[in-house]
Amino acid sequence: MSHKVVIPIGPYHPLQEEPEFFRLYVEGEKVVDIDIVIGYVHRGIEQLSETKHFDQVAFLVERICGICSTSHPFAYVNAIDDLTKVEVPQRALYIRTIIAELERIHSHLLWLGLAGHFIGYNTVWMWSWKYREPVLDIFELISGNRNHYAMMKPGGVRRDIKEEDIPRIKKCVDDLVPILNMFKGAVMDDPVIQARTKGVGVLTKQQAIAYSAVGPTARASGVKIDVRKDHPYGAYNFLDWNIITQEDGDVFAKLIVRVLEMYESIKIIRQCLDKMPKGPIDANLKDIPEGEGIGHIEAPRGECFHYIRSDGTNRPIRHKIRAPSYMNVASNKVSAVGGTISDAAITLAAVDPCYCCTERVAVFNKGSDKKILNGWDLIKLSQEKTEKLRKEIFNK
Amino acid sequence: MIFFNYFIFPGFLFTAVIGMLASWVDRKVTARVQWRQGPPWYQSFADFIKLLGKEVIVPRQNRRLFLVAPLLALASVTVVATLLGRSMLRPQESFLGDLIVVIYLLTIPATALILGASASANPLASVGASREIKLVLSYELPFLLSMAIVILKSGGLIRINDIIRYQMVNGSILSSASGAVAFVAAILCMQAKLGFVPFDMSEAEQEIMAGALIEYSGAPLAIFKLTKQMLLVVLPIFLISLFWANNLSVMWVILKYVILLVIIILIKNTNPRVKIDQATRFFWGPMTVICIIGVILALIGY
Repeated sequence: MSHKVVIPIGPYHPLQEEPEFFRLYVEGEKVVDIDIVIGYVHRGIEQLSETKHFDQVAFLVERICGICSTSHPFAYVNAIDDLTKVEVPQRALYIRTIIAELERIHSHLLWLGLAGHFIGYNTVWMWSWKYREPVLDIFELISGNRNHYAMMKPGGVRRDIKEEDIPRIKKCVDDLVPILNMFKGAVMDDPVIQARTKGVGVLTKQQAIAYSAVGPTARASGVKIDVRKDHPYGAYNFLDWNIITQEDGDVFAKLIVRVLEMYESIKIIRQCLDKMPKGPIDANLKDIPEGEGIGHIEAPRGECFHYIRSDGTNRPIRHKIRAPSYMNVASNKVSAVGGTISDAAITLAAVDPCYCCTERVAVFNKGSDKKILNGWDLIKLSQEKTEKLRKEIFNK
Repeated sequence: MIFFNYFIFPGFLFTAVIGMLASWVDRKVTARVQWRQGPPWYQSFADFIKLLGKEVIVPRQNRRLFLVAPLLALASVTVVATLLGRSMLRPQESFLGDLIVVIYLLTIPATALILGASASANPLASVGASREIKLVLSYELPFLLSMAIVILKSGGLIRINDIIRYQMVNGSILSSASGAVAFVAAILCMQAKLGFVPFDMSEAEQEIMAGALIEYSGAPLAIFKLTKQMLLVVLPIFLISLFWANNLSVMWVILKYVILLVIIILIKNTNPRVKIDQATRFFWGPMTVICIIGVILALIGY
């Protein structure tokens, strides 16, 4: 006898920090099917981008995501560099790489903390976020901002890394190594954590390829893809580092991939700081010619893709963005089914989903009797409500 | 006098105040372990008073059961606190077999939680209730076995005060091999009875949003929280009087209580939540085996 019950995760749920909706169909504790509904934080970034000039778009796409806030500008400037075929100064390439790798470290530490929180291990959560702070301090030192660094610019970077700051950056990176060793020991060797994550939410290699998973999600399933190696950009071509892969495809493999990737990031940052040549940081791009450009980078969550088309004016006429979570969230359809509700909580989080990055388009079913409201309708509704509240207050 | 015992000391009021302070210690130590500041000492009292003032929303499926459940839990813990306190302070008034009554009463808070959750007819609460049922079934077996070891060691005594007096003469049960085994098992069962990590799956906020308690608000929620806080006093004191009662002067009881509280908090903060099937396997597997070994040790006199 089967008795299906729907367990909703979202749209407002203490588990996830963003609004999204997973409809779990369960029999007892076992998840037999899952529906994924996203689209709650669609902001129309692509449309907005077509109303801004090329310099402003870099700031706009930085606001797509609060965590990997340099991934989108990085992919965008790569697209512009591809369009204009400009020679970007070497020093700028190295600075871009350093920023991107520091961001990977802070993003992976953030995920590690959240993963701990999702399996009810709040001590790991608080500790890993504490050790993330020095990385944010380094961002503040370099760019003046802890989170939206505004370093990327078509044809270069906006700010230089000062010579006197380099020892402090090196020290911060060196200090991270014993911390990562501690996490490796405490988290990866803990039998209870292994019991909670091993064999849970398995995404096989075939499934990962079929669902076009990207980034750590794919690498944990044994798919060796990494834009930094496959299609080098920035300074990655001049550096020595490895792609981390695991074969199992479960949550534990994703955990290992992310922890080991942080070591690789540290390796990359050290090499960049040593090898960084002196010189200009900006190619002083003047005009964007007619044409189209593609930029993609390896964001902490996977491949981030930007496409730009220009008609020779100072605004893009088409800007297409594809964020990594868009591909990875869909893979939950296979990885979360078959486990228990407890497994689903950590499996859904294991792809490190970032919904506001993902949502490029909202689809409405025109056949339904629900009324579709446009921007003006919403403003009108809001004004009516304000008027109603005002009346209520005055009547009292 | 009997009313004073039940409602003021050592019953309801005394246990509630100590429980709130203990729960503050728990929150503060947890916060310090996690490099946070933690709340001021009166936070639990403030939370309780605030919840009392909130609107009570009652689901329409079974209003009476929904509202009676928290009172049932609170009443049973109060009776346990009174029985324990009286058997320590006024042994001449305790009755034969109060140990068995206490063991029964200690399962009532979990039962009340299951009843209340089922009465709310919320799917998440039903998942929480089913998890709580499985958890109770899991930990009761090793818990009862560890109690059996105490009874065997003390030569068949089932009055709490007799067990205390036996230990005052012959040394604590904890100091024997079988007693130590039973004590470890009982501590882990206590963690599950308290609903703390790693056994808090019936309320797992990240999975089922407070589960069994999801529909509770206002005063009934405050009463459930208060019950949990009182259990944080009653259960360690219960274990002390059964296993570690060689010296029960006030200072020693406080010291032993603090040690047990620290153990509870440390287990809570160094483990992730396990899944319900893993908890069942843990309690019916290794824990039961250990307890049976303990029973055998007790029978052959160790």
